[in-house]
Amino acid sequence: MDLNEIVHKKGKTPDKLVGVLLEYQKTKNRNYLTNEDLKAVAKKTKLPESRVYSVATFYSLLSVKPRGKYVIQLCRDVPCYVNGAFNLREELETALQISMGETTKDGLFSLEYASCLGYCEMAPVMRIDQKIYGNLNSRKLAEIIAEYRRL
Amino acid sequence: METVKIKINNKEVEVEKGTLILDAAKSIGVSIPTLCYHPDQEIKANCRVCAVEVEGMKNLQTACSTQAAEGMVIKTNSAKVREARKVNIELLLANHNMSCTTCIRNGNCELQKIAAELGIRESRFDNIMVLQDKDESSPSLVRNQNKCIKCGRCIQVCTNVQGLAILDYAGRGHTSEVKPAYGMYLNDVRCAACGQCSTVCPVAAITEKEDIERVWEAINDPDKHVVVQTAPAVRVSIGEEFGMEPGSIVTGKLVAALRALGFDAVFDTDFTADLTIMEEGHELLRRIKKGGVLPMLTSCSPGWINYIEQYYPELLPHVSTCKSPQQMFGALAKGYYPEKIGKEAEDIFSVSIMPCTAKKYEAQRSEMKHDKKHYDVDAVLTTRELARMLKQAGIAFDQLEEEEYDDPFGISTGAAVIFGATGGVMEAALRTVYEVVTGETLENINFTDVRGLEGIKEAAVDLAGQQVKVMVAHSLSKAKQVMEMIKSGKASDYAFIEIMCCPGGCIGGGGQPYGATNALRQQRIDGTYRADEALAIRKSHENPAIKKLYGEFLIEPLGEKSHHLLHTHYTNRKRSH
Amino acid sequence: MNENIEKKLLTKRFGLIDPMSIEDYLASGGYSALRKAVSTTPETIVEEMKASGLRGRGGAAFPVGVKMEMVQKAEADIKYLVCNADEGEPGNFKDRYLMENDPHQIIEGMVISAYAVGASKGYIFIRGEYARPIYMMDSAIKAAQEKGFLGKNILGTGLDFDIELYTGAGSYVCGEEFALMLCIEGNPARSTFKPPFPTNEGLYGKPTQINNVESFANIPHIIEMGAKEFSKIGTKHSKGTKLVSLSGNVRKKGLFEVPFGVHLWEIVENLGRGVMGSIKMVQVGGASGPCLPPNLLGMKLDYKDFAENDMSLGSGAVIVIDTKNDILDIVRNTLEFFRHESCGKCTPCREGIVHLLVLLDRFILGEAEKKDLELLKSLIQTIELTSICGLGQAAPTALKTTLRYFPEVYAAGIRKNHTRAI
Repeated sequence: MDLNEIVHKKGKTPDKLVGVLLEYQKTKNRNYLTNEDLKAVAKKTKLPESRVYSVATFYSLLSVKPRGKYVIQLCRDVPCYVNGAFNLREELETALQISMGETTKDGLFSLEYASCLGYCEMAPVMRIDQKIYGNLNSRKLAEIIAEYRRL
Repeated sequence: METVKIKINNKEVEVEKGTLILDAAKSIGVSIPTLCYHPDQEIKANCRVCAVEVEGMKNLQTACSTQAAEGMVIKTNSAKVREARKVNIELLLANHNMSCTTCIRNGNCELQKIAAELGIRESRFDNIMVLQDKDESSPSLVRNQNKCIKCGRCIQVCTNVQGLAILDYAGRGHTSEVKPAYGMYLNDVRCAACGQCSTVCPVAAITEKEDIERVWEAINDPDKHVVVQTAPAVRVSIGEEFGMEPGSIVTGKLVAALRALGFDAVFDTDFTADLTIMEEGHELLRRIKKGGVLPMLTSCSPGWINYIEQYYPELLPHVSTCKSPQQMFGALAKGYYPEKIGKEAEDIFSVSIMPCTAKKYEAQRSEMKHDKKHYDVDAVLTTRELARMLKQAGIAFDQLEEEEYDDPFGISTGAAVIFGATGGVMEAALRTVYEVVTGETLENINFTDVRGLEGIKEAAVDLAGQQVKVMVAHSLSKAKQVMEMIKSGKASDYAFIEIMCCPGGCIGGGGQPYGATNALRQQRIDGTYRADEALAIRKSHENPAIKKLYGEFLIEPLGEKSHHLLHTHYTNRKRSH
Repeated sequence: MNENIEKKLLTKRFGLIDPMSIEDYLASGGYSALRKAVSTTPETIVEEMKASGLRGRGGAAFPVGVKMEMVQKAEADIKYLVCNADEGEPGNFKDRYLMENDPHQIIEGMVISAYAVGASKGYIFIRGEYARPIYMMDSAIKAAQEKGFLGKNILGTGLDFDIELYTGAGSYVCGEEFALMLCIEGNPARSTFKPPFPTNEGLYGKPTQINNVESFANIPHIIEMGAKEFSKIGTKHSKGTKLVSLSGNVRKKGLFEVPFGVHLWEIVENLGRGVMGSIKMVQVGGASGPCLPPNLLGMKLDYKDFAENDMSLGSGAVIVIDTKNDILDIVRNTLEFFRHESCGKCTPCREGIVHLLVLLDRFILGEAEKKDLELLKSLIQTIELTSICGLGQAAPTALKTTLRYFPEVYAAGIRKNHTRAI
């Protein structure tokens, strides 16, 4: 969908801004919105650019910096933390050869922390795009990464 | 009027229903400190400094956002309140560049004032501020992120009053900052340089760019002949910096002060304001007679010119080709004056004292040069900067004896002095145009319809049987309304529209003394019209010095010399951000 | 061994129906409460809700019936319902379970409310990370629309009410009602001062009933069984059941429904099967909730019990932390959460939480001074008393309660020897 179609579907009144930005970002390869993208949204919704930028930089699911094709979000809050989330962080950093907050050179993976994802009964948990992975351990982690590499 | 009875610090007080606790306390002499609160703006309640105890409520309530209710028992100074107030101020200081002694707002800063009043002797918290470079991209304004306390006053004035929304919060939580879209430099976004943000900022997060040192350099340079011009608005405002009532007319002291600073000649922008009326009045009449583009729009407010160039360039043909009084003066200072005193243009250093930050931008425009080499106006000092300069020089302003301006640019009229108020340019123009067209003397020269703080004002004048409709607008959000009216054809029967960038006109300018509210602006406006009434000559075309200038040099309005020196052109500066 | 302490009311259909099937819901008695409700007057429903004693299940525990009455009495051309399904509080997944296993229950509760208060439009605000609940609620809404339980002239009563799904964009503070409404209106979720309250001026400035998913899910049951029967469940001051999200180091993590009044140790031992090793502390409610030492597990899950101990049970989640974990470490984790999620609008929360961390780190490193303890307490008080919204007000809770119940771990962080030159 291009921006016109998104605005047509979601609406272009100022209150539809968050939804439009989320949808628009989904169409981008690197999971982020450029200044030009934000400018285009500002024009369509007739909102000031400073307001669009304000919204785009406020919400965690939106990004104004390029990220990987697959954004791996690892939950670090208490229920996951006491179930070994930080060990998983080390393993992910090793497997992907990047630090938390970075993107792999091939642009495939970004590694981020997530605030509690709401799946604490299967802690530790991580999220990649729309999918939730729980009850993680080293083996499962490796399998999941491999699967994404194959895609 | 319904009232409620409340208790503040054990004292009973009856106030009108709906009164904020802040104002109820003020009415009995209890002062509650505030930072983000501003009487002209929407309630923000984010600094939390004004939080007070309300009996029966577990948490403290902000006095700026809570209305008094029947039976409320309020404590504004309990131990709990004082500690919370101190902690919140200390928290702000812990993320603030605490270099008060070298700060532009030293002695004139709202945060500093509260810290002093609360008796803060240390910030118990580690200073965690991460030092950032200032944004000095704009010729008019400087943004200093290291001082920002995130109160949001600048955002509100830029969004609600000026309608530009250049600034907004970006990011979330502790990393959130006030900045232009995409974190761009001020000069790279469509800022009008009006400086309204700098007048409402409680600290030094956004300030005028200082040109004081350059002026000292010129004054101390024996090879330079330094001239200065003073804007109409300055003479009813600068007194505030020295403890006088807003609206006090201090023209004579202003002249004396400038002379004491060492300027070689002290002139008055009001002189060229009269000149502007001559040129612009005739330009209007020509357009009316010859079917030129109407309505004609005034051009003396550079914040407004910045706006129309960047947002509505397609309507530029409506704008008068007249330069502003500041620039007309500069053109004469370099193109006429030097010969009169036996000097060259490059010997002259011309300074202006303006209520305006956008004038700094205007002065450095490439078309505002004498023979394409020397700037007509070399430096612009805002009212605030002049006050600082006088203090630097140890000049006790309020004790000065009044003095007169120098010749040949010292004589002006009441029509010129009212340029500082919204509607003033229009009224001045009408006083002249009426007499030029009808050949009759105006009976009542007070066009009160165009005066006052209402956003858009209208008047109709009978000019020898022809009804001429005029409009006056101030603040850029109102300017936008006028632009849209013109675009949709709804303004086609107006001949002349005055647009001022700043609320209240120049007296409400971005370079004016701090603390301006709508009430205070009205006081400055009242002072302006009192100054007008006190002058012997009140119509621009009756100014003898103006008559002499035309007789000797310009020959006629819109003539060849005028065209070369006193008129200009504009640029399409529309870009996407 | 132990009798089953669960009481399945909201969760009674879980696993027994296909949540994607409205026919299953109808066959198991679904939407009959709605029929019963619309056969009486809106005032009657509000009275039932007040008599039931149902308190908001999102954490603030405001009496739902009282809230509904305020919205009902408000005069406006349009009124709104908002179902808060943002569920960002760490340790909570009860609302997710409700949406994934019995979505129609929530819709039915909303339609009954709409009828009672006079609302014509409802929003369900679901956090953006909940892809499956969004899908489930979307399907359920469409099915309900098809069957005429949403839309125009519902069940021939003349009631026009429809529900729109709104997706969050990743911000815990959107769980706070003012921030939530600001997000729906297209703004950054920077909460605002109150009053006015949503019941008078809520979404788009109109009277709005905002309630948590679990609150709405209770409504059909209350109407069905009647307030009198409902109020027999639970305790004197806490009526009905509580969905408990149990997580952390317990052997059996999961969602359980218990009547109010059960003891915390029963939840941890009976339902959670205890921990391997021993319990260090239990955090109730979520990251914004109190941390209890093992000797307080005799407390009952009851609003009054908690209030008497100067605490709140919040949304009722239970996070069990074993002795392999370090208390200061856990507290630090909760503060990091709030630092990341603070909207940044008000001074005490935006600046204060960062300094709570700076001070806490001194204790963690064993480099604190005695005066740091005083400063910590003063800072906690200021943040609690002057923050503009519940996020700031509750952020220091874990720190405050561990200071109260585990003072020794903080004392251990104070530097013993002060070397001085003199």
